[in-house]
Amino acid sequence: MDILSLFVVVPVLTILALVFTKGLKQARLVSMVGSMFQLGMAVNLVIAYFKERAINDNIMVFTKDYVWFEQFNIHYAIGVDGISVALLVLTSIVVLAGVFISWKMPDLPKEFFISLLVLATGVYGFFISIDLFTMFVFYEIAVIPMYLLIGIWGSGPKEYSAMKLTLMLMGASAVLLVGVLGIYFNSNADGGALTFNILEIAQVNIPFEAQKLFFPLTFIGFAVLGALFPFHTWSPDGHASAPTAVSMLHAGVLMKLGGYGVFRIAMFLLPEGAMHWDTFFIILAAIGVVYGAFGAIRQTDLKYINAYASVSHLGLVLFALLTLNKTAWNGAIIQSLSHGLLTAMFFALIGMIYGRTNTRDIKKLGGLMKVLPFIGAIYVITGLAYLGLPGFSGFVAEMNIFVGAFENPSMFNRVLTILAVSSIVVTAVYILRLVGKIMMGPLVNDDFKDLPKATWYEKTGILLLLIPIIAIGVAPLWLSDMIMASLDPFIKGVL
Amino acid sequence: MDFSSFLLMRQEIILLAIILLLLIAEIFIPKNKKSSIVHLAIFLFGIHTVVGFLAISECSIFGGSFQTNNLIHFFKNVLNIGVFILLLQSADWLQEKIVTQNKGTEFFILLFSSLLGMYFMISSGDFLMFYIGLELSTLPVAALAAYETSKRISSESGIKLILSAGLASGISLFGVSLLYATSGSIFFHDIIGVISANNLTILGFVLFFAGLSFKISIVPFHFWTADVYEGAPISVASYLSVISKGAAVFILMILLFTIFKPLMHVWENIVYVVAIATMFIGNLFALRQENMKRFLAFSSIAQAGFILLGIISGSQLGTTTVVYFVMIYIFSNLAAFGVVQAISLKTGKENMSDYEGLYRTNPNLSLVMLLALFSLAGIPPVAGFFGKFFLFTAAASEGYYLLVFLAVVNVTISLYYYLLVVRAMFLRKGENPIPFFKNKLYMRLGLVITVVGILVLGLYSPLYDYIYELSSLFN
Repeated sequence: MDILSLFVVVPVLTILALVFTKGLKQARLVSMVGSMFQLGMAVNLVIAYFKERAINDNIMVFTKDYVWFEQFNIHYAIGVDGISVALLVLTSIVVLAGVFISWKMPDLPKEFFISLLVLATGVYGFFISIDLFTMFVFYEIAVIPMYLLIGIWGSGPKEYSAMKLTLMLMGASAVLLVGVLGIYFNSNADGGALTFNILEIAQVNIPFEAQKLFFPLTFIGFAVLGALFPFHTWSPDGHASAPTAVSMLHAGVLMKLGGYGVFRIAMFLLPEGAMHWDTFFIILAAIGVVYGAFGAIRQTDLKYINAYASVSHLGLVLFALLTLNKTAWNGAIIQSLSHGLLTAMFFALIGMIYGRTNTRDIKKLGGLMKVLPFIGAIYVITGLAYLGLPGFSGFVAEMNIFVGAFENPSMFNRVLTILAVSSIVVTAVYILRLVGKIMMGPLVNDDFKDLPKATWYEKTGILLLLIPIIAIGVAPLWLSDMIMASLDPFIKGVL
Repeated sequence: MDFSSFLLMRQEIILLAIILLLLIAEIFIPKNKKSSIVHLAIFLFGIHTVVGFLAISECSIFGGSFQTNNLIHFFKNVLNIGVFILLLQSADWLQEKIVTQNKGTEFFILLFSSLLGMYFMISSGDFLMFYIGLELSTLPVAALAAYETSKRISSESGIKLILSAGLASGISLFGVSLLYATSGSIFFHDIIGVISANNLTILGFVLFFAGLSFKISIVPFHFWTADVYEGAPISVASYLSVISKGAAVFILMILLFTIFKPLMHVWENIVYVVAIATMFIGNLFALRQENMKRFLAFSSIAQAGFILLGIISGSQLGTTTVVYFVMIYIFSNLAAFGVVQAISLKTGKENMSDYEGLYRTNPNLSLVMLLALFSLAGIPPVAGFFGKFFLFTAAASEGYYLLVFLAVVNVTISLYYYLLVVRAMFLRKGENPIPFFKNKLYMRLGLVITVVGILVLGLYSPLYDYIYELSSLFN
């Protein structure tokens, strides 16, 4: 078994093992072992990747190719570059943390962990695929368990949120399907055979007319998952209703599929289309950045605040990708990673607070630092990292994005960049206010006096996320190098 | 023509023999052991299904009115498997409700006669054989739809079916007579050479197409579907929605791709319009259905619309994909109907709201239903996804991007109502969920086969290649 296929095989085996478990204890144990194994594999992959990269300068390494549907030239084709390796590591971290955070899942635990791992399988598969069809299959596999995860284990208007989220994302994937077919049927433009292979299509000069037509379909198909304004509306409702681990996985990992897809498929395969539509979509992305930030200010529910903040931060990813600048791209990838870790952390903390106080309304919370010192301290740290304090991952990402975006000499882009930069200020407003309100100050509710302290599994989950946040913050260069080296093939298309 | 060429009609002859055997068995089985007829019929049909897989050579007999080749043969096998699953799923119902009224044998005889009609229909080499097959496949089903004589609604459904089917056959026949008038022959291979797009031919074609559309329940000829499905016994509704529809789709496609090929520029437009109408109307009406049978009826109308996307491509890719999709559709829909059947038999409940909380009491049934619905909705990794993706690919290969776009919009709409059932089963706890019950062996077997089909057919690509090879016969 090759090093990449294991990323699909191990979760599937874990799921099969879960089918035979009984009760919460067995289910969480099996999931934990499976996810730990995944994390180990991901770390191993990073090491192997650096070794391989030293001797192999192909765009993708560890490639494997098996014919699947011969008539359509569909292959099960896999391979990774620096970007996908980084995202695979992120996924494995968040999944394991999610398993720890769900340690006490009261209702239908077995089904919960199975759905969670189906989602993880889809995400892993998506990141390793270099065949459009395979990628699309994994994309849908990752999205659909969301319906059950939110609908069964969620809170609040969960049926509504689950349906809204599923329909919007599956609707987007339906639009994407048209885009994928459009790319496929133009992949013989240079006289070759029709193909779904991304690397092969990238060599083909797809006619400009086709690029113009199919770029928006492909872009929107992915960008809805990346919460592109005005298609972001599924995200606040979905996140607010989802159970903790699902919010973590969703905001932390699943939404990254959007940015990755935009970059790897829409922009890489249809570069002329990207340049043609660039202005239009970059405006939407910039609106999303600002809108999300202001949206977050207005909310009083902790999860909604975070969901809108995600819209803003992921808007920044799309914005950076559309600036067509290498530094900004590097920032976009790091922002994906950083946001994945930070937002997962936030949702985990919110879940812990909610689990203890039974409220997520910031008006009813206050002074939690005194009773929950560990959770409180981490919350403050996460908040600071989120607003881009140097020393944490958020700073590295945003710094890269804004420097890169400003390099573009056009006045239009610079104005937009300034607009987007201003979102940092707004972010600081809501984060600091939030931290001040719920952590500091007097204890507002006497019932909160003896809330239980963080347990070992909660702390483990938190530390899993915290370590890479700091690691990226203090030593970003190795990551930057890994990503930068993989950006060159993309540059060729659009610059 | 010598005796050995009769063996080329092996499928038909064996099925006929089974019908006769059952007729004789009915006489000799003592009154208190009537239920053994069910076992006998399933056993015999099982053998027939297995024997069907023996290879057959391409031929045409009776002066060209009966033809067969590997693709037709393969499709008959698909129908056989479908009917076999159907028999397994309805065995309990037959034993509890029908055999006790002493009309078990007739059920099988009627069902098998209808299947025989379909064999002849898809094997036909001229319009006469085609028409006989069409009638033979429809009339017994009307009797079957009215089989639960104690229920008013069942009789109503039988009458509705026979009236609409009679009208449809009549229209079809009129179309055929016009085609005969313009081409001077009823043999397909004669017509292929002389057909051209003059007005009379086009009129004949349109009438003929309308007649077949009834059977596939393509909009605007779909009105009978929901009422008939609702009233008919579930096995019969299931038969109508998968086997009968599958066979009609197959023969429609064969005829469009062979004798009506010169009219392609005409039927392309017709298919384009009715595909859109069928998808939208089927899906939009399915949104508000409460009764599971009506729900599946509209869903099956919508699925017919998707199938037309494969047909419109008019290529080998299209043929392959339609056959492949119909096969997957048979498994998926049979699984859904099987669950409805099992629940209806034990509790008499057929409404979506009755399914609330089903997962917590009957997890296995709910999972089968989940897989079936996902397959119908086209969600990977179950088979329906592959079927639908390839249908869209086939349409896109001819540049019908707008049609594909409208189809994917419909996929999203359909996802909503399929998820409504999932919501009832999984998300809701229900005040009064259906208590746990255990299915009998036949039903379980019937469901297991469908589940295996749903899981395997999509991922197993050599099957698609195999059908592709067979499809070259018609392109």
